[in-house]
Amino acid sequence: MIRHDLLIVGGGLAGLSAALGADPGLKVAVISKVHPIRSHSVAAQGGINAALANHPEGADDTCDRHAFDTIKGSDYLADQDAAELLTSRAIPTMYELDHWGVPFSRFPDGTIAQRPFGGAGYPRTCYAADRTGQVLLHTLYEQAVRRGIVFYEEWLVTDIIVRDRKLVGLIAYDLAGGEIIPLRARAVIFATGGYGRVYLKSTNAYINFGSGIGMAYKAGIPLKDMEFVQFHPTSLLGKNILITEAARGEGGTLVNAQGRRFMEDYAPKAMELAPRDIVARSIQTEIDKGNGFEGQYVHLDLRHLGREKILKRLPGIRDICIHFAGLDPIDRPIPILPAQHYSMGGIDVDATCASPVEGFFAAGECACVSVHGANRLGGNSLLEAIVFGKIAGESASRYLHGGPAEVEGDRETADAARALMSRMRSIHERDAGENVFQLLNRLKRLMSDTAGIFRDAPTLSRGLEELAELREAYRRVFIYGNCGRYCHEMVVLVEFEHMLEIAEVILLGALERKETRGSHFRKDFPKRDDAAWLKHTIITRSEKGPVITYRDLKAGRYAPQERTY
Amino acid sequence: MIFKILRYEPQRDEHPHFQLYRHEPKPQDTVLEALKDIRDQQDPSLSFRYSCREAVCGSCSLVINGRIALACRTQVSDLGSGEVVIEPLPNLEILKDLIVDLKPFWEAYRRIEPFLQAQGDAPEAGHRVEEKDMERVFQYITCILCASCYSACPVATRDGRYAGPAALAKLYRFAVDPRDRRPFSALERVDGPDGVWGCDTVFRCNDVCPKDVRPADGIEGLRRKLIAGKWKRLIGRKP
Repeated sequence: MIRHDLLIVGGGLAGLSAALGADPGLKVAVISKVHPIRSHSVAAQGGINAALANHPEGADDTCDRHAFDTIKGSDYLADQDAAELLTSRAIPTMYELDHWGVPFSRFPDGTIAQRPFGGAGYPRTCYAADRTGQVLLHTLYEQAVRRGIVFYEEWLVTDIIVRDRKLVGLIAYDLAGGEIIPLRARAVIFATGGYGRVYLKSTNAYINFGSGIGMAYKAGIPLKDMEFVQFHPTSLLGKNILITEAARGEGGTLVNAQGRRFMEDYAPKAMELAPRDIVARSIQTEIDKGNGFEGQYVHLDLRHLGREKILKRLPGIRDICIHFAGLDPIDRPIPILPAQHYSMGGIDVDATCASPVEGFFAAGECACVSVHGANRLGGNSLLEAIVFGKIAGESASRYLHGGPAEVEGDRETADAARALMSRMRSIHERDAGENVFQLLNRLKRLMSDTAGIFRDAPTLSRGLEELAELREAYRRVFIYGNCGRYCHEMVVLVEFEHMLEIAEVILLGALERKETRGSHFRKDFPKRDDAAWLKHTIITRSEKGPVITYRDLKAGRYAPQERTY
Repeated sequence: MIFKILRYEPQRDEHPHFQLYRHEPKPQDTVLEALKDIRDQQDPSLSFRYSCREAVCGSCSLVINGRIALACRTQVSDLGSGEVVIEPLPNLEILKDLIVDLKPFWEAYRRIEPFLQAQGDAPEAGHRVEEKDMERVFQYITCILCASCYSACPVATRDGRYAGPAALAKLYRFAVDPRDRRPFSALERVDGPDGVWGCDTVFRCNDVCPKDVRPADGIEGLRRKLIAGKWKRLIGRKP
């Protein structure tokens, strides 16, 4: 039996940061379904927020102002103590990252450069051109190599074993070996990322099935605020590849088919730099009103920035446009539309990243502390992944040093691995049934149609009904292929099962939250309702199905105000 | 269209072989999208790596019609109307179908100590670095470690001990970083035929790099640094 003190699941920014934050004296390993530098963090572009006050126009920026922007951006659903923890750790984190080798772009005085981003009162987004996620992920991986961290690469975790609200172990599918393997650990940190591919149109990597969130839910760990799904305003027409918010931060404008900068109708002060929920909704409204091009997109115009600025600050965006849309943004506007981008909700953890299950921690996009509330600001996700990844590593180490009681469970874990194997075998033995790839496509369509940017009760209810049919169909699933090594069918089969849970919790949370807040827009309840809904949605799995409870926010110093930009 | 794809399951097959698939891609499909559709609709046993689908994760470098390229960034329509031949990266062991074992590539990467070696603790208000100095680093940090260059390099092909273009360019990236304080001896570790002097300067790495890193510039830069350092030592100064 493979044994570790601490197993970290996920090799993106949160997972690597957790590994680096853990006590080096512990036996730690990272499990990742891809090589760590292939993780989706690599695709983040625009930057990472910290109130360094390096920008001439941001000289009086502070952590408090960063916290306030984050809280206002969250439509006041963030836990204010957690938001303050995040922003106060931001500045030392930047200096640590710089010291680890992150090649940040620089101002003429040699300090880390910063640019304006949506919903921020000051230019506080640190960046490395438009490849910030790539340089951060590579740098943290380099530090992990330096520290000799152990990796299980191309292993997909399939189940969490929990008994009496205590962590027992994990089951994983070793893709290269083609085997199902039981693992024991005294503590586990999930850093498994988001579920973008539950939707048809997503900026996320193809691998972002988000199964870690569903797995935790199935193991009895509650999910929080899952109805809050971020749609990024600017994804490239066709492939839905992310076009960074930095394109607008650097001065790019949004223009409809009539040639109007329509953001003046929606956010006259902040214009294109309003928070993402507002800009995404504005674009979708323009498209729905018939003001889009070919009825499906608007333009993001960078031409006035000039060749030099585009080449220097947005070279990656230019490459993406050339290779994936056949146009050069120096000469032509970029066709864009909103697409699913990020999950504000996730596994219910506190500000130490601990969950209600002893020994089980979570950080990054798969977790919900919550610092992003109902809408995340651009530049805060990389920060959250790194800061809370580290906190998770520290908390798990503290927990382990506290001498938690040994949990028996070798046989239970081995049995669970065998049970999965025999289940797979029995699915394989069926000679007819449902094709899992078709089921996956049906799920994506369902979620896009019923839990998109604009929602209402009839559509969400229909979503839940169709989901029940899909769940039924999944019971008849079968595998065509030879299920052995690098068996993608098996990967999808396992992840799809968890995606069904995620979809249900999103739909249910959205149906029950009868107000509009942040990214959650209810056409039938178009106003925010602080008296009734200033609280987190907590959904827990039970034998009889999902159980919804609500948790009040901790009162903070910023009272909810009307959110205008 | 016909897709001729190399298949190999070493635990079962004696030799790699080609399998033909008939598939009509959608007009704007990339090779990666075509591969995914072939797998999902025709043959779920077909294995290949991918993740981001936007040329930044470095997973899907393959040989497509004889040329090394990222599958996610290659438009099928650019390949003509004939058949599309897809093979795994050369010079690496095949694990299954289009998936290769990158172990030698990562070992070379680890050997050069691929991490910044700054001095002491992080300075209180951060490092001060001139933008122009950082820009020298920028050429190399676009590397996505896709192993295209390693696979195309004729020296790496005939000598498994050769560090290869990506690792050497990575070392140069740190050597020119003004925050890095690694000793000259760290560069001297590549001062031999399995390091910078192994390079044939045929620039296959530059040709195949999907991110225009030009790794050979880094190798050339390291050679200059090594020569300069040894001169300094000859005249009694610290290299």
